[in-house]
Amino acid sequence: MSRTPLDTVEHATATPDVELPWAELGLKKDEYERVVEILGRRPTGAELAMYSVMWSEHCSYKSSKVHLRQFGEKAPESDAMLVGIGENAGVVDVGQGYAVTFKVESHNHPSYVEPYQGAATGVGGIVRDIIAMGARPVAVVDPLRFGAADHPDTKRVLPGVVAGIGGYGNCLGLPNIGGEVVFDACYQGNPLVNAGAIGVMRHEDIHLAKASGAGNKVILYGARTGGDGIGGASILASETFDDAKPSKRPAVQVGDPFQEKLLIECTLEAFAEKLVVGIQDLGAAGLSCATSELASNGSGGMRVTLDDVPLRDSTLSPEEILMSESQERMCAVVEPEKVDRFLEICDKWDVIATVIGEVTDGDRLEIFWHGGKIVDVDPRTVAHDGPVYERPYARPDWQDALQADDANKLPRPQTGDELKDQVLKLVGSPNQASKQWITQQYDHFVQGNTVLAQPEDSGMIRVDEESGLGVAIATDGNGRYAKLDPYTGAQLALAEAYRNVATTGAKPLAVSDCLNFGSPEDPAVMWQFAEAVRGLADGCLQLGTPVTGGNVSLYNQTGEAAIHPTPVVAVLGVIDDVARRTPVAFQEDGQLLYLLGDTREEFGGSAWSQVIHDHLGGLPPKVDLERERLLGEILISASRDGMIDSAHDLSDGGLVQAVVESALLGGKGARLVVPDGLDAFTFLFSESAGRAVVAVPRSEEVRFNDMCGARGLPVTRIGVVDGDAVEVQGEFSLSLTELREAHEGTIPGLLA
Amino acid sequence: MARVVVDVMLKPEILDPQGQAVQRALPRLGFEGISDVRQGKRFELEVDGPVDEAALARIHDLAESFLANTVIEDFTVKVESEDVVAGAAK
Repeated sequence: MSRTPLDTVEHATATPDVELPWAELGLKKDEYERVVEILGRRPTGAELAMYSVMWSEHCSYKSSKVHLRQFGEKAPESDAMLVGIGENAGVVDVGQGYAVTFKVESHNHPSYVEPYQGAATGVGGIVRDIIAMGARPVAVVDPLRFGAADHPDTKRVLPGVVAGIGGYGNCLGLPNIGGEVVFDACYQGNPLVNAGAIGVMRHEDIHLAKASGAGNKVILYGARTGGDGIGGASILASETFDDAKPSKRPAVQVGDPFQEKLLIECTLEAFAEKLVVGIQDLGAAGLSCATSELASNGSGGMRVTLDDVPLRDSTLSPEEILMSESQERMCAVVEPEKVDRFLEICDKWDVIATVIGEVTDGDRLEIFWHGGKIVDVDPRTVAHDGPVYERPYARPDWQDALQADDANKLPRPQTGDELKDQVLKLVGSPNQASKQWITQQYDHFVQGNTVLAQPEDSGMIRVDEESGLGVAIATDGNGRYAKLDPYTGAQLALAEAYRNVATTGAKPLAVSDCLNFGSPEDPAVMWQFAEAVRGLADGCLQLGTPVTGGNVSLYNQTGEAAIHPTPVVAVLGVIDDVARRTPVAFQEDGQLLYLLGDTREEFGGSAWSQVIHDHLGGLPPKVDLERERLLGEILISASRDGMIDSAHDLSDGGLVQAVVESALLGGKGARLVVPDGLDAFTFLFSESAGRAVVAVPRSEEVRFNDMCGARGLPVTRIGVVDGDAVEVQGEFSLSLTELREAHEGTIPGLLA
Repeated sequence: MARVVVDVMLKPEILDPQGQAVQRALPRLGFEGISDVRQGKRFELEVDGPVDEAALARIHDLAESFLANTVIEDFTVKVESEDVVAGAAK
C-alpha cells in the first residue's frame, strides 16, 4: 500500500488511478468496484483494509446470510428470549431474575496451523463475547473433530488443541463441562475446533454493542496492539489452504489468559458501576470490526485517532493496526464524566486503557493518523451492507447413490459370540471409546458450581446457591448423518442435544449453532448448507427453542474434498434445582431398566456401520420432533419427581453403548433381555432417535409406568442393574473389566 | 566434541506474555530504562565428531522440526567452542 505520502482521503481523491492490492486482501473484483461506488472514489489503504476484512466470508456471512435469515423468520414464540441474533451472543431468561448468555464459535483453521494457540485463542474469543454481553463467564464447552485417530497428524493436532483449551480455560478459572471428540478421516486437513461458553448475569445487566450519545468517549482497553493475526480474518478464515497466499506477518495469534482474566474482572466492575454505554470485544477483524459495528449500531458517527492506540510494535502501519487481531482487547463507549472512573478501574486491574476517539453526531466513521484523515466511511456500509451472495446450490449427483447404498443390508452378526465381539469392537472404537484421557486435562470443577460434566449427557452449572437454580448445556453434531441427508442430519443434531439436556433433568430453552461446511463456491456444499439450515430452523420452530446466535465456518476443505457437512448444535436448558439432576451412572443394584421410545432397524450412518464395515450409506435415522418433546417432558418430570435414578440418551452406538457407559461409570453391571418383537442385533445397535434408557427404583415402577402410559410414550422393560458384567440373556456376557479395558484403553493407547 | 547453540525466539510480531511480565516487574524492582523484554529458549547441543556442513544441516533440521515451532518462533544456529564454521543457518 502506498505509504509515502500518507494515503489520506484527500490523497486518494487526488490519485484515483493508484492500484490497490484488493485481490491480495481477499476482495473479488466486483466487491472492490462496489467499495469504489459506495465511496465515490478509490478507497484509501486503511479503508480497503477495513472493507476487505469486514466483507470477508468470516465477518460478513456473505454466502450464508440468505439462508440464515430463516432462523429469524421461523423463530418460535419464546418468552425466554431476551436478546436474539445479531449481538455478540444471545441472552435467555432462566428465571429468578437471572439471564444466561451462551454461544458456540469455530476456530478451525487457526487450530490446524498452530493447534495450541489456535485452540487457546478460540476459548479466549468466545469468552470475550460473553463478557461483552455484561455476563460473568461460568463455563466453557468444546466440540472437537479430528482426522483419523491413528493418523500421525492427528497426534500433532489433537494434543496441541487439548492442551490449548485446557491451558487457557484452566488459567481463566473456567470449568470445561462438555463438548465432543469425534474422529473421521474427512477432518484430516480440517479439524473442527469449536468453542462454546456460558455466562450468567442479572436481567438489568445486559449490555449491547452500540455507540450512542455524541461526545461519549471510545476507550480501547486490554492488551497492546501488535502485528499478530493480520489478515487472519480475510485470508486465513476465508480461503482454502491450497490457494492461501503467504502473508508477510504470521496469521497466528498468541493469547495470554492472565490478561483475559484481568479483562473479565475489570469489565464486570465497570458494568457494576454503570460506567458503560456500549461495548464490543475485538475478535476477527480487530479494530475495523469494533469501530464499525459500534458506530453502525449506535445513533451517530465516530471519530478515532489511531495514533492513540497503544502498540506493541511501533513499526505497524495504520492498515495493520486496523486489521490486527491481537487478543485480549475490548472497546467500550463511556460518557465523558465517567471516563476517569473507568480508567481508574482499568488501572486497578493493571489493564492498559486509552481513549482513542469519541462518538459524533454525524453518521460517518472517521479515522485519523498523524493528523491526516485516512478513513471516512458510512460505518453501516462496512459492518452491515457487505456483499450478499445467492450462491448456486444443487443436490450433488452422488447423493442418490449414497442413499441407495443401504446400511441395513450389511452383513449382521449371527451368533452370541459375534455380537459380543462386535460390542467390544464398538465400545473400544475411537469414536465410542471413553474420552476421559482428553477431558481430564481440563478443569471441570473450578469455581465449585459444576453439577455435571463430561461424560454426562449434558454439562450442568449451578447458578444460584440458595435456590439451586441451574443451567445445562449439550453440544451435538453428527457429520455422517448430515452427509447422508443434511436436512435430517441437522435435525438429528438438534434432537440429540435437546434430548441430552432433558435427560439430565433440565428444560431445553434455546439453541446456538456452529455450522461447519466446505466451500460455498461448490454448489453441492451450498446445497448441504441450505438443507442443514432449513432443517435446523424447522426443527427449532417445532421444538420451541429459538436460535439465539452462532457462527458459520466455511471453506473447511482440502482441494476438492470437503468435510462432512457438520452442523454442531448447542442446546441450553434450565433446571429449578440442580439437586434433582439425573446422572448417567447406574446407582443401585436391583433397579429396573426401561427403554423409552421406539426401536427400528436404522443403521444408516451408524457407529456400527462405521466400526464393523467402514461403511457410510443409506438414510440416517428418522426424526420425530414431537416424540423428542414428549420424551423430554417425561425425563424432566421423572427427574423432578424422583422417579428415576439414572438416565442416558441413546445416540451413536445405540442401546449397548449407552448401557456400557452407564455400567462403567456406576461400577455396576446390567442384565438385559431382548424385548419381544426385536432381534438382539437391532435391540443393541440400532440408532433410532427419540430414545433413552432409564433406571427406575422398584418403589417407583408403577408410578413411572403410569406416567408414560398416560402420556403415550412407548416404554419397554429391558432388564435390571445387577452384578459386574453386562449380560444379554441367551446371547453373551461381558465383564466390566473387559469392557473397561476396551472402552478406556483406546484413546490413551493412541495418543498418550 | 563441539557445542552448537540453538536460540529460539518468538517471532517479533508474536505476543510474549512472559517477556511482558518480566518487563513489568523491572521498574518495581528498581531497574529503570528497559523498554521491552522478550524471552526465548537456548539449547546447547554437544555434537559428536566434527561440526561440518552436514552436521549443521542436521541440526538445522532438528531445530526446525522439533526445537522451534516455526509457525510462531524463529531460531538461529551457531557453533560454540570450535572454530566458526561458515554457513550457520538463518
